[in-house]
Amino acid sequence: MSVDTAVRLAGLALKNPVMTASGTFGYGLEFAPYGDLRSLGGIVVKGLSLKPRLGNPMPRIAETPCGMLNAIGLQNCGVAAFLRDKLPRLPHAQTPIVANLYACDADEFAELAGVLSAAEGVAALEVNISCPNVKAGGIAFGQDPAMAGRLTEAVKKRAGDKPVWVKLSPNVTGIVAIARAAVLGGADALTCINTLTGMAVDIRSRKPRLANVIGGLSGPAIKPVALRCVWQVCQAVSAPVIAVGGISSAEDVLEFILVGAHAVQIGTANFMRPDMAFHIAERLPALMAALGIDSLDAYRGTLSR
Amino acid sequence: MGKSGACRDVRLLSVAPVGPEGAAYGCYLLEVENPGFEPAVAGQFVMVRPLRFGQNPVWPRPFSLCRLTEEKLTLFVQACGRGTDILCGLSAGDVVTVWGPLGQGFALEPEIPTLLLAGGVGLAPFVEYVATHPAPSNLSLLFGHRQPLSCYPFAEMAVRIGRAEAFEERSPADLPAFIERLDAAVAGHADGLVLACGPRPFLLTVARLARKYSARAQVSLENRMACGVGGCLGCVEKNALGAYVQTCTEGPVFWVEELALAEEA
Repeated sequence: MSVDTAVRLAGLALKNPVMTASGTFGYGLEFAPYGDLRSLGGIVVKGLSLKPRLGNPMPRIAETPCGMLNAIGLQNCGVAAFLRDKLPRLPHAQTPIVANLYACDADEFAELAGVLSAAEGVAALEVNISCPNVKAGGIAFGQDPAMAGRLTEAVKKRAGDKPVWVKLSPNVTGIVAIARAAVLGGADALTCINTLTGMAVDIRSRKPRLANVIGGLSGPAIKPVALRCVWQVCQAVSAPVIAVGGISSAEDVLEFILVGAHAVQIGTANFMRPDMAFHIAERLPALMAALGIDSLDAYRGTLSR
Repeated sequence: MGKSGACRDVRLLSVAPVGPEGAAYGCYLLEVENPGFEPAVAGQFVMVRPLRFGQNPVWPRPFSLCRLTEEKLTLFVQACGRGTDILCGLSAGDVVTVWGPLGQGFALEPEIPTLLLAGGVGLAPFVEYVATHPAPSNLSLLFGHRQPLSCYPFAEMAVRIGRAEAFEERSPADLPAFIERLDAAVAGHADGLVLACGPRPFLLTVARLARKYSARAQVSLENRMACGVGGCLGCVEKNALGAYVQTCTEGPVFWVEELALAEEA
């Protein structure tokens, strides 16, 4: 049985739905020794800011049951260094490279979007309105529908012809309201979800396990939450949804497609083994064939109750 | 052999406690098939994740290369938590995923008197260092340990090198004497090379002594890491300029003056 893993996503043609999640795959180059970057549906790079960011103090990561907490604090090399040193070395002609961007206010978001949209080799912009680990900006934009909408609009105005994805936080009372606001603001797609806010402590030292005290929970532990959020958002908006949250197998990919996602991002599973995203992309066609699924378009959103 | 940077599922060849008391103290040597690694530099490390981890625990575990031959990779593991407990409970034939060799290893200056300072499982990289050193008579080793000495792969190293000394720390009261011994050892290598691996407080002491005697010293950090390849940015360390460097790719071995450790000490 021949199967079609190709996906069209807000103007982008992906050879398969398997992308990498921002913050879990470096700038892509770090993982090149472990697989062919061109075999991925897309690569979302480490979140970029206008200026380089140092990030949060150590310790920044903690292991939890079936997951992990992180409070990296968006350490990154800055957009100029990315465009100069990293992007030219990525296979952007063969695989869409998506720039995830973070800023402290709407003007800075718009300026960053302008810089990135002008760069040849950047296929789309993913706006991080949902990082729990930074004091200014970040999640504040993602918890208020009006702010999320205005920010999306500001980025969209400066994004030229590059699609704008908005990455949503699960740390809200109602994710659908934020999703609708982002789409009204012009989002071409929604990435769903960012990490859940969490905490871990050490009963011996009586200290938090993260210097930042709280951090973002990710990994297989959050998959049911991500699945619920993706399903709810797919029911509510017509914009395509990119699912992320605890995906670590081809079976997980199909679960998210089944509830309506167009594509997925592999996050914490990249830490379980550095060739994980490549393995999942490679295994997906065989799994589809085994289940009698000849195209993802036909399978998408066919969950019955 | 294949190229470095390989990630492979390989079979575990053996899991054996070290010495007659190794099992009681959780000290094991694990041997796996060489995953396709080319010769590596002592001090480099590998990430190991048995299939048995499933989804919990999530992270692989980093280990120094204890010994690497064409046929097999040997790791020295102390069972001290959920991940290492599972690893040490595996059997020959079980499958583990291994990637590496990763990071930067120890300097090798065969003609220079070199002092190896090891604390506990920090002995592991020096097994490879001693085994591959072209002039082992130039090496001295001072090893601080809490479990019985037979629980460590110490004896076979000791016979190869110029001078080897072990110091057992039975209680915190023994610590000043050990620090005094470290002080004398570093002072004696002020014109040589000092290499250290062990727990952070031990490395801070070495950093302080290296500064005191202006000794050229390298330390291997044991920072917590998730991926080992530079993707997670979880294992960073503050350098002397106040910026973060990545332990997995820029370390784990650093020259002491590169880091802010001496300020911390």
